[in-house]
Amino acid sequence: MPAGTLYRGREGMWSWVAHRVTGVLIFFFLFVHVLDTALVRVSPEAYDDVVATYKTPIVALLEYGLVAAILFHALNGLRVIAVDFWSKGPRYQKQMLWTVMAIWFVLMVGALYPVLGHAVRALFGS
Amino acid sequence: MSTETTSAAVGPVEGVTLYDAGNPAPLIEPPRKRTGKTPRSTRGNFEMAAWLFMRLSGVVLVVLVLGHLLLQLVLDGGVSKIGFAFVAGRWASPFWQVWDLLMLWLAMLHGANGLRTVVNDYAERPNTRLWLKGLLYTATVFTILLGTLVIFTFDPNIR
Repeated sequence: MPAGTLYRGREGMWSWVAHRVTGVLIFFFLFVHVLDTALVRVSPEAYDDVVATYKTPIVALLEYGLVAAILFHALNGLRVIAVDFWSKGPRYQKQMLWTVMAIWFVLMVGALYPVLGHAVRALFGS
Repeated sequence: MSTETTSAAVGPVEGVTLYDAGNPAPLIEPPRKRTGKTPRSTRGNFEMAAWLFMRLSGVVLVVLVLGHLLLQLVLDGGVSKIGFAFVAGRWASPFWQVWDLLMLWLAMLHGANGLRTVVNDYAERPNTRLWLKGLLYTATVFTILLGTLVIFTFDPNIR
């Protein structure tokens, strides 16, 4: 590891790292997503063909990962705004991160069935 | 510390006069002093505007993107229902057209500015930075224009 990439560690640095990584991943997906949606201008068949891959079990797992990245980025982004604009934000940044992680966990459990349910049915029969 | 030390605190160096009227001390300007050569605005506030944009667009995107995920992946059968017919039904309403258009522009600009920061942080050679940012801006403009075109020219009766 090059010198100077580890700042102070702990919640502040690692949430910053995770915010960057999830942000870059989401941005790259966004390019792909605009391109696949643009196929509605080609033909209904071309669009439906590509969307069919979004419905396969493996891509469903990737979608669950995308949901995980987006939820973390969204919740932690609100925490960053609170740190910047709320006078007590910096003092409670750790507590706010653990609150973010708790809400993230609950939402990820909630997304389990809607996002992955159809993949489980496809793999193991309905 | 007593007042007695005041005169003693002035060392021998200060006591020697190096400069006089014929040999004045060189003028040292205070740091960051505005001079005639300083442009009216030394920095501009693009970076501040970008910082503020990330926060404002972020709040709006939380609503737009989480609503989008709920609609596309959770409600009414999740991803299974998505197809040309579903898109046609949604974009028949100006409400969803505006929703998607706003989401496209804000997400692309938010992401592009985020990646610009990442490039600024990690790409050290000037040429690398130039090329990476050139590629980033080209891809961003292309994707925003393509997406906007698709939303505005969508034709449900294409076939």
